[in-house]
Amino acid sequence: MQTRKKYIFLTFLASWLLLFFFGGDQLRRFAFFSGRKAEARRNWPRWTDRTLLRSFADPEELQRDGDPSLLSPRERRAARLSVHRSSGCRMETCFDFSRCERHGFKVFTYPPEPGQPVSETYGKILSSLERSRYHTPNPKEACLFILSIDTLDRDHLSGQYIRNVDEKIRGFPLWNGGRNHLIFNLYSGTWPSYTGELGFDIGQAILAKASFDTQSFRPGFDVSIPLFSKEHPQRGGDGGRLRRDSVPPRKKYLLVFKGKRYLTGIGSGTRNALHHIHNGKDIISLTTCKHGKDWEKHKDTRCDKDNVDYERFDYQELLHNSTFCIVPRGRRLGSFRFLEALQAACIPVLLSDGWELPFAEAIDWGKAAVVGSERLLLQIPSAVRCIHPERVLAFQQQTQFLWDAYFSSVDKIVHTTLEIIKDRLSPHRSRSRFLWNALPGGLLVLPDFSTHLGDFPFYYLQHGYSPSKKFTALIRAVSQAGSLSQPILRLIQAVSASQYCAQIVVLWSCEKPPPPSGKWPQSAVPLTIIQGRRKLSDRFFPFEAIQTDAVLSLDEDTSLSTSEVDFAFLVWLSFPEHIVGFPTQSHFWDAEQGRWGYTSKWTNELSIVLTAAAFYHRYYHSLFTEYLPAGLRELVDGLAACEDILMNVLVAAVTKLPPIKVTQRKQHKEGVARPAECGDGAAGTPRPGQRSPPAPHSAPAEAKGTAGSRRFSQRQDCLNQLADWFGYMPLVSSQLRLDPVLFKDQVSVLRKKYPSLER
Amino acid sequence: IMCASAKYNTRGPALIPRMKTKHRIYYITLFSIVLLGLIATGMFQFWPHSIESSSDWTVEKRSVHDVPVVKLPADSPIPERGDLSCRMHTCFDVYRCGFNPKNKIKVYIYSLKKYVDEYGTLVSNTISREYNELLTAISDSEFYTDDVNRACLFVPSIDVLNQNALRIKETAQALAQLSRWARGTNHLLFNMLPGGPPDYNTALDVPRDRALLAGGGFSTWTYRQGYDVSIPVYSPLSGEVELPERGPGPRRYFILSSQMALHPEYRLELETLQAENGESVLILDKCSNLSDGVPAVRKRCYKNQVFDYPQVLQESTFCVVLRGARLGQAVLSDVLQAGCVPVIIADSYILPFSEVLDWKRASVVIPEEKMPEMYSILQSIPQRQIEEMQRQARWFWEAYFRSMKAIALATLQIINDRIYPYAAISYEEWNDPPAVKWSSVSNPLFLPLIPPQSQGFTAVVLTYDRVESLFRVITEVSKVPSLSKLLVVWNNQNKNPPEDSLWPKIRVPLKVVRTAENKLSNRFFPYDEIETEAVLAIDDDIIMLTSDELQFGYEVWREFPDRLVGYPGRLHLWDHEMNKWKYESEWTNEVSMVLTGAAFYHKYFNYLYTYKMPGDIKNWVDAHMNCEDIAMNFLVANVTGKSVIKVTPRKKFKCPECTAIDGLSLDQTHMVERSECINKFASVFGTMPLKVVEHRADPVLYKDDFPEKLKSFPNIGSL
Repeated sequence: MQTRKKYIFLTFLASWLLLFFFGGDQLRRFAFFSGRKAEARRNWPRWTDRTLLRSFADPEELQRDGDPSLLSPRERRAARLSVHRSSGCRMETCFDFSRCERHGFKVFTYPPEPGQPVSETYGKILSSLERSRYHTPNPKEACLFILSIDTLDRDHLSGQYIRNVDEKIRGFPLWNGGRNHLIFNLYSGTWPSYTGELGFDIGQAILAKASFDTQSFRPGFDVSIPLFSKEHPQRGGDGGRLRRDSVPPRKKYLLVFKGKRYLTGIGSGTRNALHHIHNGKDIISLTTCKHGKDWEKHKDTRCDKDNVDYERFDYQELLHNSTFCIVPRGRRLGSFRFLEALQAACIPVLLSDGWELPFAEAIDWGKAAVVGSERLLLQIPSAVRCIHPERVLAFQQQTQFLWDAYFSSVDKIVHTTLEIIKDRLSPHRSRSRFLWNALPGGLLVLPDFSTHLGDFPFYYLQHGYSPSKKFTALIRAVSQAGSLSQPILRLIQAVSASQYCAQIVVLWSCEKPPPPSGKWPQSAVPLTIIQGRRKLSDRFFPFEAIQTDAVLSLDEDTSLSTSEVDFAFLVWLSFPEHIVGFPTQSHFWDAEQGRWGYTSKWTNELSIVLTAAAFYHRYYHSLFTEYLPAGLRELVDGLAACEDILMNVLVAAVTKLPPIKVTQRKQHKEGVARPAECGDGAAGTPRPGQRSPPAPHSAPAEAKGTAGSRRFSQRQDCLNQLADWFGYMPLVSSQLRLDPVLFKDQVSVLRKKYPSLER
Repeated sequence: IMCASAKYNTRGPALIPRMKTKHRIYYITLFSIVLLGLIATGMFQFWPHSIESSSDWTVEKRSVHDVPVVKLPADSPIPERGDLSCRMHTCFDVYRCGFNPKNKIKVYIYSLKKYVDEYGTLVSNTISREYNELLTAISDSEFYTDDVNRACLFVPSIDVLNQNALRIKETAQALAQLSRWARGTNHLLFNMLPGGPPDYNTALDVPRDRALLAGGGFSTWTYRQGYDVSIPVYSPLSGEVELPERGPGPRRYFILSSQMALHPEYRLELETLQAENGESVLILDKCSNLSDGVPAVRKRCYKNQVFDYPQVLQESTFCVVLRGARLGQAVLSDVLQAGCVPVIIADSYILPFSEVLDWKRASVVIPEEKMPEMYSILQSIPQRQIEEMQRQARWFWEAYFRSMKAIALATLQIINDRIYPYAAISYEEWNDPPAVKWSSVSNPLFLPLIPPQSQGFTAVVLTYDRVESLFRVITEVSKVPSLSKLLVVWNNQNKNPPEDSLWPKIRVPLKVVRTAENKLSNRFFPYDEIETEAVLAIDDDIIMLTSDELQFGYEVWREFPDRLVGYPGRLHLWDHEMNKWKYESEWTNEVSMVLTGAAFYHKYFNYLYTYKMPGDIKNWVDAHMNCEDIAMNFLVANVTGKSVIKVTPRKKFKCPECTAIDGLSLDQTHMVERSECINKFASVFGTMPLKVVEHRADPVLYKDDFPEKLKSFPNIGSL
């Protein structure tokens, strides 16, 4: 650049600076002097006598609120009950809590009515209820009742509308005015007004309904559920579509909509305006007039052109390539679009005034959606444009979490509904709003286990807690001998020598009584013996004795050294929500057989850590025993060698992450099949010390005699049955192992903290 | 675009070099002039406000008694009763609020008047001390506007805090004649004591048509969810009594009841509880024989024992807050102030600010019918949780109860959040006490995702002029199967990069970015060219890493995408002699950092480093030409709370003969400088975020007795 120009700019710059520093003061006074005085006058005045003002109520009045001669509390409750019979129902007026006291929260579904078919969707809801751990076949035990009459579609123009519901209901002896009943509904009202009309009297029943409007919603009593299609999967369900956290998080389009434009009738106000925000570039808002039989009657000038544009874009393509998706009301308030956008990680921009959002009692939608106002449609583009990228990234992740936690299957929707109602029964044993809105979600957090966040493995970082620095070793003993075997003695010695060991608990799963206390080795830590029930699932029972966050699960013949235990525990402290253990196995998809395969061969991957030697959080015992339905545990007990797979599947389903393998000493012991039951020397999980499996190519590698192959096929069956029950394969593979930092490095042994691991 | 958000550049240093030098300087100058101009104008705008309050002459001195008197004719109109079906979308005129860049609603306050009826009798007290405080707080806040035409929300100066202190019909008439009343649309009334004998309605009885009500005793039947705001009943004791926060630890009583006007039936139930559980339950009542001059409201008695109120509340773990004639009780505020966990027994009561506050974290709600079970219910709460609830209770008081100002601002913020939901304050900001905000992290990459392998990673090589070594690194890295792009950040302004034809031919795209200044932070800029999530930062002299090692590192990163996954491990130590942190590069059993001379990380952290680095760290690093890697370690650890992952045993990176501390690092002054960096950063972050671990990641079959050719990553293992 020429010198002359440079100087000109420099001067220019300098004069600006000078003006600012020296002239600024005068300028300011000149310009603002008058303004300031006027402004000050308009503020709320500082009254000279403000300290002399009287208080709004004298302290006596505040503390002695009301006079005792009033109605007694009981009378007042009774009065409320009569005033708010059904329209103003609340849990305390319309719900009979006493029914839930004796047997807890139990749900009863009416037996199917002969000759009365239910829709596919209602069938799914009923089967979700039956799969729930709260289900009871006995109406006497029940706290909540669900009709077998399909009440999902109450649009009387619909083919699935069921007539004379009132009459049928009145015939049920259990109906009791609808008390403690839960009624599901997806569609209510009909053309043209689409009101909340159900066509029968629900009495005092709780209504779980899609497209709930805030005015007819009875807060704390009804439940708003999402609208879902009849193709919605029963269980499992597709995961979210977000596979990566892109930075910046913007996708190809900013904001999209593709759908019907109503020319008349309810909902047309918004639908008829959506085309205004279309800019053809990053905002695509396409509408069509084509719907209903007589659309051409109402056709306006836009229709033809719009219809052409409409065909140019694919709905799915837009959905998956846009940062935000407009979810406007249809004729009713809710739409399928909502769940579709949620799954696609397309942040929903809700334009549905007065919609009580699905599960809003639990879910904080402000973290996953933009709740817009129908009246401010034209401001939406600038509003979403201004949302910070970090927030967009958080929104996207939250949509995926919510989808996966509460919406991806009918099971989840129904179970969420039940948990919300259950939480109301005992407010002091319920989930806080935080729990519902943080990973892994409310369904996987049992308030009966604890209401303190620090007792769960999931919230350490978010709340600045850390897991307790000690562990409990839980050894499952099954040896049939009257005396203690050598391995278990060695194991107790090694484990109790760990500085992190708080106590040892022996689960004695043998018919013979355990040896007297004198026979047990003396150890530095307390040793407790629990008489087990000889069931395999028993080892994951939430024993009172376990008081530390970490559990080290062991088989009696596991061989571990103290430094192995120490190192693994330190690793677990870094990964408290994972299973951290030694011997591992892996699963794979067997395309030929069209089923899941399982292998215990040495592979480059792992997805299962054997619980014969593994650290995990004690909360998983509670999840295993309380959360999983009894049927699944029975399956495991029947299969003889499956309980550890179920534990791995459960933890993977909760965390969505693989387990962690830590290094283990070389051992060359012959793999002797370990008895799972006393006296039965056949089945059992492969022993952890077994680190010399056959060469990887000598198929079938697993077949070591009939016992081995039976165990192997049982485990494979188990894996497939579990995948079927969960609706997908939760296990995730990992390619790494964690070793001490200087593991097998060519440096002096003296420098190493865990030299014995290398032997 | 009028976004309030600071828009961040999508183009960084690379933008400038692409223009011709002549134009560049021209634009820079022009830009700086415009910028300066803007700054100057901005300062003119905002300077006067900051010094305003100090000058006394701006404040007008008037007495409340001098305010104008307005006479209400007997037949002046009365508004409709409150409309129970009102919701924001039906009764609120949102167009008044408009789209504004600050996302703040504007609130107008009507000027104070004295209202009298036809006979000249006062309609109500002109204004109470609390309502004056409330209006002063609004007027001093960012929400305030003096321009009635720009206002979104109107607050009448007619004081309706206490329904018993006003005449209902006349107050309603006074409301109706407000200049912008319009059926009460967008008007906000504050009321703490609603209803009156005998039936004590749970909402203000003054007819108010569509006005919003911030009320202190709503039941679920009168509260219009999403429209009204539930507020606390202010306790004037909050201002009078200092109760220092009491730390955790045992308290003398387990359950305490301090309310004086309990219904005999409730008192009976409480006394039964006391009889069953002995001394841990204390049920206080008013004192019958106090000497004159002692304020009765500050004393409570049990039999002949006299206790100071509210101090006695601090002696108990749980404090009962029972409904009286009204649902909202001022005692709730006192209880929270004392850090006593409130046990709320008032069916259908809408707790204060329940729209945003998570009361389950600070209180125990027990249905009235379950009162007899109170003791066992409370016993089942773990001690750790009780301590947190105590802390939380105190925090709620400090933030939302302690003054009329706190109540007013929280109310306005809630309404504000409804109108600008996309700028709303989050659950954490409302609920987490400062101690939790400080000790907790919220990971920006919280969703457990294992990114698809097919995406690959982008290698970013920072270079100055070591072309030969650079080319070697490029050639080596290009052998890694998952590499999808290579980016060379050319940090030398005095020398042009080699011609295109001289660069190694590799199978993936290679881009060269030239920077405007030789800054270390250029390596962490979120270049648009980086299209993958994973970034491999690699120095131009790291030639020892094998393709297997790099590919394995990428696989490890995929399992831990929110961490720094790297090869050279380092440690920080506390030097007890010097009383400060020390940098350690020896081969130790622990690691707390990995150097970004060879590390994988998520591109998001580039964005964080460039735009969100706390304090002056970024400039400091650029000025000292050192420690950018330590800064990155601090940043990632601080935001995720997680440790780094060191992969593979590799410890030598530049040549086989080199020791771990090679090249630059050998220099003793360099080590001192690195230690300085750690101390500097720890003080800027206000904490030591780095986590020390004893593990590293190796392939599953590393060093196992297994045929090498069957291993996924056989070529790993040398130092």
